[in-house]
Amino acid sequence: MVTVKKRQLLVFFVFAAAVLLAPFFLKGNYLLNVLVFVGINTMLAIGLNLLLGYAGQISLGHAAFFGMGAYISGIITSRFPVEPFLIIFLAALCVGVIAFIIGFPILKLKGHYLAMATLGFGIIMYIIFNETVDWTGGPSGLSGIPNLRVGSLVFDNDWNNYYLVWVFTLAVMLLSINLSRSRIGRALRAIHDSEVAARVMGVNARILKVQIFTVSAVISAVAGSLYAHVMTFIAPASFGFNFSVELLTMIVIGGLGSVYGSFLGAAILTMLPELLRVFQDLDIVIYGLMLILMTMYMPGGLIGGMEAAVRFALKKIGKGENNNAQA
Amino acid sequence: MSRNIFRMILVLFFSFLMAGAVFAAPPVKIGALFSVTGPASPLGEPERNTAEMMVAEINKAGGINGRQLELIVYDTQGDATKAVQAVNKLIKDDKVVAIIGPSTTGDSMAIIPVVEKAAIPLISCAAGIKITDPVKKWVFKTAQNDVLAVMRIYKNLQKQKISRVAILTVSDGFGSSGREQLKLKAKEFGISIISDETYGPKDTDMTVQLTKIRNSNAQAVICWGTNPGPAIVARNAQQLGIKIPLYMSHGVSSRKFIDLAGDSAGGIMLPSGKVIVADQLPNSDPQKKALMSYVNKYRARYKVEGDHFGGHAWDAVMLLKNAMEKGGFAPAAIRDQLEKTKKFAGIGGTFNFSPQDHAGLNIDAFVLVKVEKGDWKLIK
Repeated sequence: MVTVKKRQLLVFFVFAAAVLLAPFFLKGNYLLNVLVFVGINTMLAIGLNLLLGYAGQISLGHAAFFGMGAYISGIITSRFPVEPFLIIFLAALCVGVIAFIIGFPILKLKGHYLAMATLGFGIIMYIIFNETVDWTGGPSGLSGIPNLRVGSLVFDNDWNNYYLVWVFTLAVMLLSINLSRSRIGRALRAIHDSEVAARVMGVNARILKVQIFTVSAVISAVAGSLYAHVMTFIAPASFGFNFSVELLTMIVIGGLGSVYGSFLGAAILTMLPELLRVFQDLDIVIYGLMLILMTMYMPGGLIGGMEAAVRFALKKIGKGENNNAQA
Repeated sequence: MSRNIFRMILVLFFSFLMAGAVFAAPPVKIGALFSVTGPASPLGEPERNTAEMMVAEINKAGGINGRQLELIVYDTQGDATKAVQAVNKLIKDDKVVAIIGPSTTGDSMAIIPVVEKAAIPLISCAAGIKITDPVKKWVFKTAQNDVLAVMRIYKNLQKQKISRVAILTVSDGFGSSGREQLKLKAKEFGISIISDETYGPKDTDMTVQLTKIRNSNAQAVICWGTNPGPAIVARNAQQLGIKIPLYMSHGVSSRKFIDLAGDSAGGIMLPSGKVIVADQLPNSDPQKKALMSYVNKYRARYKVEGDHFGGHAWDAVMLLKNAMEKGGFAPAAIRDQLEKTKKFAGIGGTFNFSPQDHAGLNIDAFVLVKVEKGDWKLIK
C-alpha cells in the first residue's frame, strides 16, 4: 500500500513539474492561452469526475455551478472595490451551501431521474443568468471584471494566468488523488458499484453522496471564479446545457474515475477545436464519433485504454515479469 | 556528369525561390472572427461570405498599394471562450494587422480587452452600444446602434400622433438591448410604454402576451427580435385580429421574415438598413452606388440576396482598405486612419468616425420600410 501511494505521488510530482515548466517552452505562443483554459476545464472535469467517476452519480447541470461561481465573483468585483480572492472564497462557500441544500432531495433520485433533475437545475440557473439583466447584464454579458492581483503582481497576461490557474488545478488534483485512496474514496466506489451493498456494509450513502456533490460543486465554483477573472467578461452562453454535456464528454473520453483522465479529456476537448479548425463544422461530428467508439471499445476512456495497452505489451514481453509485478 | 547537372538544377531552383521571395512582398494578414455556426449563424455566414468576396475582389484588382491581402477567418460559434482563444491565435500566431468581426455583442465584449492590450485595431460587426460607448482606443464598429432604429420608429409614431405603445421583446442580447433603448428614449418622443412583455428565443406561441396587449389600450405594438420569433408574433396578431399597427425591429429586415410570416406580414413596418430597398432609393442617396454594387455582386457570387449583416462585413473590409491605402499596414497607422474616416458611404450608412465616436452613424443609417404584396416598400 505504501509503495502504491509513493508511486502515485511520484507520478503526480512528475506531472506537476511538467505543467510548471511548460510555459518556458511556449513563451509568446498562443498555445499558452489555450492551456489556461485547459487548466480551468481540467478543474471542472475533476469536479464532475469525483461525482460521476467515483460515486457514480450523474450531473447534467454542472455548468450551472461553474456559472454561479463566475457570476458571484464577476458581479461583486465589478461593482465594489473588494479583494477578489476573498470573493472567490465567498462564491465557493455560497455555491457549496446551495449544493448541499439541493443535494438532499436531488440525490435521492437515481439514473435517468437524477439526470433529469440536475438538467432541470442547470436550465433554471441558465434562465436566471439570462433574465436578471440588472445584475448579470443579461444575454449580452457582464464586462468590467477586474483581473486578480497580489500586491503589484497583476494576473493580466497568459503567463501569469497560466500559473494562477494551474496552481489551483494542481491543488484540486492532489486533493482528489488523496481522496480516492482514502476511506471516503473507497466508500464512494462501493456506492458506485452497489449502493445497497454499501449501505449494508455500514456506509452512510445518503450523506456521502450529498457531501461529494457539494465538493464537486465547490470545485466548479472556484473554476468559475477564476474563469471570470481570466476572461474579465462573462456571458450566459458559456454556462448552458451544451457546456454541461461538453464536460461529460471530457471525462468519458479521458477516463471515468481517473484524475489524469480528466486532464486528458479536458486537454483534448479544449485543443481539438483548435486542431480541427481546418475541418470547420465537422468537429461536432468527430466528438460524437469519439464518444460512440469510446463507450463501445474503451469504456475506461483514453487512460483506461492506455493502461490496458501497457499491460498487454508487458504480457507480450515476458510473462515472468508480469507475475512478479502481481506478487 | 549527371551529378553536376542535378546540382545545377538544384541551384537554379533555389535561386528562383529566393528571387520570388524578394520580389513578391508577403500578403498582409487580416483576421476575421464570425459566428459561422451556432445560434448566431444567420449573422456570421453572410458576414464571412461578404468578407471573402471583398478580399478576393481587392486582390484581383491588384491588392492595396501593390500588396495582396490574406483573410484568416475563424468561427467563434457565438461562444465567448472560443472567441477569446481565436483572437489570441490571430494576434500571436497569425500576426494579423487588423481584425474584423465578431458577429455578436457578447463575443465582441469578450475580445475587447485582448485587442486593446495587443494594440490591434478591431472593427466589430455587432450592434451593441456597449462596444463603442465608452469609446475604446482600438475598437470601432460598423453595425448600427439599436438606439438609431428605436428613434426611427418613434419619429414615425410621433408623426402619426401615437403616444401609447406596447412593447414585446425577446429575452436575448438583441431583445434586451432593444428593450433598454425603447424605454430610455420613450420620454424624449412623448411616448408612454403601457405594456412591457417579453418572450423566449425558442417560444413557438406568443398568443398570451398579445392577448394582454390587446386588452390594454395601446395604439401600436413594437416587437423586438430576430427570426423566427417576430414572424410568429405577426401570425398570432393576425389570428387574434389585432388591428393596431405592428412595428418590428431591424433584426428581421431580410427576405426570410416575409417568407416565414406569409400574408400576415402585410402592413408591418420596420426600420432597416438600406440594403433591402437599394433599388428604390433615389439616385441622390450617397449610399446608392455602394449598395447596388454590393447587392449585385453578392447575388452573382452566392446566388442568394445579400442582407445587412453581410453589409457590416462589407463596411469593415472597405473601411480597412481605405485606412491602409492612406496610412500603410502598421496596426497603429490603420487605427489612426480609421479614426479620421469622414463621409464614407457604405452599406450600413455614412460613416464619420472621430476620437469621440467610434460608431460613426446617425439616424439616416435607417429607413422605414413597410411590407406590401410580399415585398419591402420604402416609406418616405
